[in-house]
Amino acid sequence: MAVLQHTDLRKGVKIELDGQPFLIIDSDFVKPGKGQAFTRCRVKNYLNGNTIERTIKSNEKIDKADIESTTCQYLYADGEYFHFMDGTTYDQYRFTEENVGECVKWLAENIEYNVLFWNGRALSVEAPNHVELEITQCDPGVAGNTAQGATKPATLSTGAIVNVPLFVNENDWIRVDTRTGDYTERVKK
Amino acid sequence: MASDWRPTATVTALRERALIVSTLRAFFEARGSLEVETPHLVASPGVDAHLDAPSVALDGRTLYLATSPEYAMKRLLAAGSGAIHQLGAAFRAGERGRLHEPQFTMLEWYEPGADDAGCMDTTEALVRAAASVHDGKLRFGGEESDASVGGPAFARTTFRDAFSAVTGTDPLHPDTGRLGRLLRAAGVRTESACSSEELIDLTLGAVVQPELGLDVPVFVTDWPADRAGLARLRPGRDRDGAIAAARFELYACGVELCNGYHELSDPLEQRARIEQENALRRAMDKVPYPVDEQFLAALEAGLPDCAGNALGIDRLVTLVLGLDSIGASRTFLAGC
Repeated sequence: MAVLQHTDLRKGVKIELDGQPFLIIDSDFVKPGKGQAFTRCRVKNYLNGNTIERTIKSNEKIDKADIESTTCQYLYADGEYFHFMDGTTYDQYRFTEENVGECVKWLAENIEYNVLFWNGRALSVEAPNHVELEITQCDPGVAGNTAQGATKPATLSTGAIVNVPLFVNENDWIRVDTRTGDYTERVKK
Repeated sequence: MASDWRPTATVTALRERALIVSTLRAFFEARGSLEVETPHLVASPGVDAHLDAPSVALDGRTLYLATSPEYAMKRLLAAGSGAIHQLGAAFRAGERGRLHEPQFTMLEWYEPGADDAGCMDTTEALVRAAASVHDGKLRFGGEESDASVGGPAFARTTFRDAFSAVTGTDPLHPDTGRLGRLLRAAGVRTESACSSEELIDLTLGAVVQPELGLDVPVFVTDWPADRAGLARLRPGRDRDGAIAAARFELYACGVELCNGYHELSDPLEQRARIEQENALRRAMDKVPYPVDEQFLAALEAGLPDCAGNALGIDRLVTLVLGLDSIGASRTFLAGC
């Protein structure tokens, strides 16, 4: 397993702490006058999604987490597992609800997701930054309400609820930013 | 990313940085100080257990990029240069962060005849002159500290008092349980247990420093003898027999801006400190650095009684302009 020095501990690096995989969200280097250096890291646990802070001394070595990712299409859910397929190799993988986590809100067929494996085990699923989904339920815009920036809730085919502008209607397709959960634009399908 | 070619600073910030630098040059010129340039490539970098110099292979020799120009500037002082200052690059391996860069710009100066208190006066005037290029305020991390010309005097407090005021425990006789609780409250959890020295370093970095210089900048003076750097030790003893060093650091908005000394001039004491730092380096599995015999010979010949200070220009510009990291005060990051 690759071993990292404290200078390698930068945002986006994947590390193992207490035998669990973490993603570094943010890190900063602290060095008091004429003293030893430390790297303070905010890290997110891939297994439970919790974010914690850890401080690494300059003389400590940290294991790099062996995390691989591949692009997969979402196929279907069978009530217990979510099934994905690698469009190049046709290999199929199954993920639990815990593995899929927040991404479940954005799961739709034919969209490509980044699926992660840790030591060869299914770990998590990441949605692309933008997905295009159909609105399955939303109230019509109220006539005469022309206030700038007015929005209404809309339910998408995946069950996610997104605030949309009043001119957007049921059965429209919209583009959503999965990082913020915000409506981006209406798209033609 | 190869396409990420743009500078990390805005052109506006670079213009203000240039103004600050020319203000500082004028400040020293008006005081009759001589601007000097010493080599960045040196046979012996500063010997410090916690400072690592990048090494460079040059014509079959191993040279180092200097962590500070201190040894060379002291050779100039011993040669009769009088007051000198230098604005140039300094290098630190393994240091990168919001306030650290492997290559940064250091202003280092020496004042013959001055002690640490006199050098603090100079530093205070200089920081006010730099801050006047913008609006006289230093800002970082949501904090603001007043360094305006005619503003309140910078505070001065000893290391022991500053540490005790924030933590409620004396750094020379610490209540380690208390430090552990303070660190946990600050979100600090280390991978392995800390030695008592590491506990002090961590508390200093994560708990004490963020509280220093929040309304007006503060000089932290009288550092413990084991953190003396190249400062002389005070002749008298502290309240309970402890010996303090004539060393100071200036903090504003929780950021360390400089490190100054009433300079150690005793060559024997200096050699002993270099050997002690190299012993600490060996104990930490780090390479020891060559002893700079020319520097020690200069001390033998006689270093004039003087005070000196090293001030991080990138940090000063960052605080004067209210930027969020030193990267925003420099053109590009090293190696990027």
